[in-house]
Order: sequence, then C-alpha cells, then structure tokens
Amino acid sequence: MSDSIYHAGSALGAGAPAPATPYGIPNRGGDANPSAAALREKLPGAYVRHEVVWGETTVYVRAESVADVCRWLHDDASQRYEYLSDVTAVEYRDASRPIEVVWHLRSIAFRRFLRLKAELPKGAELVVPSVWGVWRGADWLERECYDMFGIRFDGHPDLRRLLMWEDYREGYPLRKDFPLRGRFSRSEQLKQALNANPEARYSMEELTIADAYGDVPKEMQRRLSGGEKVGE
Amino acid sequence: MATKRTVDVALSTSGLDAQGRPTRVPLSVQEDGNTITMAPPPPAEPDLGGEHMLINIGPQHPATHGVLRLVLELDGETVVRCIPHIGYLHCGFEKIGEYRQYNQIIPWTDREDYLNSIGNNVAFVLGAERLFGIEITERCKVLRVIAMELSRIISHLVWLGTTSIDIGAFTPFLWSFQERENVYNLLEGWVGARLTTTATRVGGMAADIPDKWLDGLNNFVRTFPNTIAEVDKMLTRNAIWVGRTVGLGVMTPEEAMNYGLSGPMLRASGVAYDVRKDFPYLDYETYDFDVPVGTSGDVYDRFLVRLEELRQSVRILEQAAKRLPDGPVNIDDPRVILPPKSKATSEMESMIHHFKLVMEGPRPPVGESYVAVESPKGEKGYYMVSDGTSKPVRWRIRPPSFVNLSAIPKMVEGHLLSDVIAINASIDIVMGEIDR
Repeated sequence: MSDSIYHAGSALGAGAPAPATPYGIPNRGGDANPSAAALREKLPGAYVRHEVVWGETTVYVRAESVADVCRWLHDDASQRYEYLSDVTAVEYRDASRPIEVVWHLRSIAFRRFLRLKAELPKGAELVVPSVWGVWRGADWLERECYDMFGIRFDGHPDLRRLLMWEDYREGYPLRKDFPLRGRFSRSEQLKQALNANPEARYSMEELTIADAYGDVPKEMQRRLSGGEKVGE
Repeated sequence: MATKRTVDVALSTSGLDAQGRPTRVPLSVQEDGNTITMAPPPPAEPDLGGEHMLINIGPQHPATHGVLRLVLELDGETVVRCIPHIGYLHCGFEKIGEYRQYNQIIPWTDREDYLNSIGNNVAFVLGAERLFGIEITERCKVLRVIAMELSRIISHLVWLGTTSIDIGAFTPFLWSFQERENVYNLLEGWVGARLTTTATRVGGMAADIPDKWLDGLNNFVRTFPNTIAEVDKMLTRNAIWVGRTVGLGVMTPEEAMNYGLSGPMLRASGVAYDVRKDFPYLDYETYDFDVPVGTSGDVYDRFLVRLEELRQSVRILEQAAKRLPDGPVNIDDPRVILPPKSKATSEMESMIHHFKLVMEGPRPPVGESYVAVESPKGEKGYYMVSDGTSKPVRWRIRPPSFVNLSAIPKMVEGHLLSDVIAINASIDIVMGEIDR
C-alpha cells in the first residue's frame, strides 16, 4: 500500500537538501520563492509586485484575477499548491491604506510556502473572487473572513455569517472602525440577547428539510417567503 | 339531523344478555338506528419512504465535545446532509489581540486550544520572535520541544479517552486521564499552572525547569509506554472497536488536501506531511522520530496514527531530556526581556528597562510573519502583522480543528446516525479553538 502514500517533497527529487530550521533571516530581501517569478512570467496581467519579508514571499495580485492565479498555482505541474492553509484579511490602523485579503498557500510536493495578497481600496465595494472552486477548504475560511471583515467572496456557494449569528446587526467585528466593546450599548446588547431564541435558529437551507417556519425570527420569515435559499 | 361521531379503536363492547351469554353491543349507532360504516383502519406502520427527518445534535451534547451544533437530515437512520453550526464560544480573541502587547497575548493563546495550551504559547512566541528577528538560546529551544511534546501527549490522551467513551469503551478513558494527570503534575512543577500555563515569553520562557524536574520527566518517559501498550492491547484488535471505526468518514489523499485537513486527519488519509519534518522549527530536523501515515483515511486509521504519535512523542522527549544543554533560557536583550526583579529594584538602568517594557512593551520592526507548528490537531499557524508599534495590527490564528471540522458534512454523508458521533470524535475538535 506504500505507493498510495503522498510524500511531501516528492517533486523535489533525490538531490534536494533536507528541510532545516531557518536561521539568520533578514527583515527584508533574501531569496524569493521561485513561484513569484513564474507567476510574473505566466500571468503578467494578474501580477502586481512581490516582496520578501522575514524570509516569506508575498505576491500582490490584482483582486479580480485571484481565482485564475490560484487555479494556475494549484494545477500547474511546476507549482502544485495543493494545500490552502489560510484565508484572512488585514486592515491597517492607517485609514488611507487599502484592506488586504491574504491567502497562505503551501505546495506540499515542492515544500514551498507562498503568501498571496490582494488590495481592496476603501470606499469601493469589498469583493474578491472565491477560491472555493480550487480548494474546498476555503469554504469556512472565506465565510469567517466575510463575517469578520465584510469582504464578499464572489462565487462562494453559501456565503453567510459563521461565527456571529445570522441576524447580527452591529457590523463586522474585525474592522478597525468597530469598537472593542461593540457598536451597541451594553443594555441594547443585553436586550437583544434576551430576546433572541437560540433554540429556534435554523438556516434557510435547513428549513427546506423540515417545517420550523413558525419558530424562526420575523426577518428570516420575510426572506424565506421571498424565496431565498441561503443567507445574505 | 344525525349527529356524526367518530370512533377510533373499538366498534363494539361486550355485555351479557338476560341468559348470561355475551353479546356485542354496537357503539356507533346513528339516531335512526343504522350503524355507521367505518373506513378500514390505516396500516399499522405507515410507509415513510422518501420522507426526510431533521435531527438537531447539540449545542449542548456530551458527544459534540463542546458547543457544536450539527443539524442532520436523515433518511431513516442514514445521514443525507449535515449542516454544522459554530460560533457559540466566539470571544473575539483576534480583536482583543489588536489591543494588547505581544507578551499580553500569550495568556489568550492558553484559552483557545486549551488541551494544548503550552504548545500554543510556544507557537505564538515563535511567530512573534520571527517578527522581532530574535534567535533564542539553545536551552530554550530544547525546553520548548519538551513543552510541545508534553502538550501533544496531553491532547492525544484526552482525545483517546473521550473518543473511547463516545464509542462505548470506558476503561481507556480512566487510563489515559490518569497519565494526563502525571503530565499536568510535571507542568505544574515547571510553570506553576496546569491548564492555563502562559509558560513562554517573547525571547525565552517564563521560568526555567526546577532542580530534579528532569527526573520526573524521565520517570514519565519510562512508564508511559506501558499505558500506550495497554490501550493498544485493549482497542487495536477489539472487535467492537474495529467494527465501530473501520470504513467510517473516509477521505482520500486528494480530498484531504483539498479540504485543507491537517495533522493526524491528513496523515491518516495517506499524505506524509508533518510541519515538524517539512517546515521545521526549533531544530526538529535534528531529532530522530517517525511520522506515522495511514492508508485508508477512516476513523480507525486516525486512531492508529494518534496512538503511534504518542510513542513518537516519547522518543522525542527521551532525546530532548538527554541533550538539554546548560546555559541561559532567555536571550540577553534588555529591549525584549525583563531584567531580574532584584536588579529592577536596585539598578537604575534595569529599572528603566523594566518600566519601558511594562508600560510600552517591546516593539518589532514593520513586517509580518506566518509561523506554523504541528499542533496535536494539525497545522496551527499564527499570522502577525506589525506596523512598528508595540501592538499587532492583526493577529490571526489559523485553527487546525476549524478547517478539519469544516469537512464533516463530506465525511458523514451516507453514514448512520450513530457513526456521526464516531466521525465527529475522530476529528479531535476543541471548540475554544474553532470559535476563538
């Protein structure tokens, strides 16, 4: 059965050096991940720039072409980024800087690590293509990012809130304009918590299984009667 | 006008006539004297074919290992669809981290994956140290390896105990929790706390190990393999255990990678990927240990992989205890590490450093780092972004059991309701880490 095992580093060949704990990493500069140069050559329209910080390569790509870039990185035999570690976003304290959406990718076959970034300017609609079609693991990661930052992932099949409840109305908690204690006053938060009926929370999808219509909040009844199948 | 009556069960009752013989007296007599003709009764077991049922497991249920809610669509006893709900334990750790100095975040890392608290402490400071550009001392590296492997043993023991209870075996629970107690005693002797350790600091550890502590560790390393052997004997060839675990929740290697599984979940599916081997940290490449890999990707293989990882952790602990060098634990840098208390109260420079560190906190240069470690649950990453101030702009936890759990709809599809419990247990979830 050993031939059915997928070995990490299998694409590197026998002469490749064994991985070792990195030391003496410079703050800026150093060897970039070869995928950055390959990406620049193959998809010049998507590539913006790349930088190496603390030994980790970050490639900035155009937001609208993220799905194509990821598809190529995943499928191409010289890249094989078959593993999506993380999807998240960064908003800086400097309000003029754009919000960055961050993808952490791993090529297990080549033992490479790559960070992709797309910049979304403030003021415009925050939307990037979903990579759910490339990696199924993006499902909850994108939903969480939407939940926390309000970034829409275009093409995600079920983009609704994940950690916060569905009719949470205070906004997006990890945005910098969201106060640490929340937008609403403590008394308002308490009132809403006491009025909520946590026993009767079913998603639109679940309501298609069984008739729990009478128990759900008014807002969801309205949307359900409008024919919605999933949340926002 | 005849009054209409409905009679469900009996159409007549017995009585006695004048001769003492039983008679049948019709109940359903209309006012005009005619008996009502009844429709034939419905069949005893109505055909429910094609009708689906909605079952709600949790949020408060002992088999969901925390406040997880699974909504299941069932056809008979077979799961057609599973819709998980999380977020009941959401505390906003990442938001709070943006308002805290780096060393002040360490206590929060205890509380996310609380079965692996000391391992999270180490993982977080590894990320922070890359952001600061710090290289730690040799003794500190070995101590951190000991800490991480001890916490891996704790986490796997809790997994073993709770999973065996879920599947119906009670004895391994007692054995594994007894051994876990021994590890907690070791941790208590080292850092003073058992569960919420907060054992590390940026640039070192909160405390060096006390005298004779290594004797306790060596004693544990010597006796613990007996417990593993007992559990092995009890479960690995146990017909009930095998029957309840083989062939459940199968993920192929391609699926497992595509769904972002990591840790024992990924390796049980046949992907030989371990962060300690492939993206090493803390000089893990210099330790001699093996990475167990399964072939079928079911619940049984996940059990075998975790059992073998316990043995491999013991091997690493043995080597670490042998090679532990003398020397300082903390780096010699007053901009990051607090001075000793005696100096802070007697020397002017140390007092200034102490004041600056406590009031302002150490400041990393502008930059970002993502450092992942192999936690018991899988690839645990800490992503930190600094804008040059003493508090991170963004502190992100890449929670392994969050991504592992997101594959549960795929894994339970087509299995029986009772198997959902076994599959959910095999993921090894900690809701504190999933909801954060």
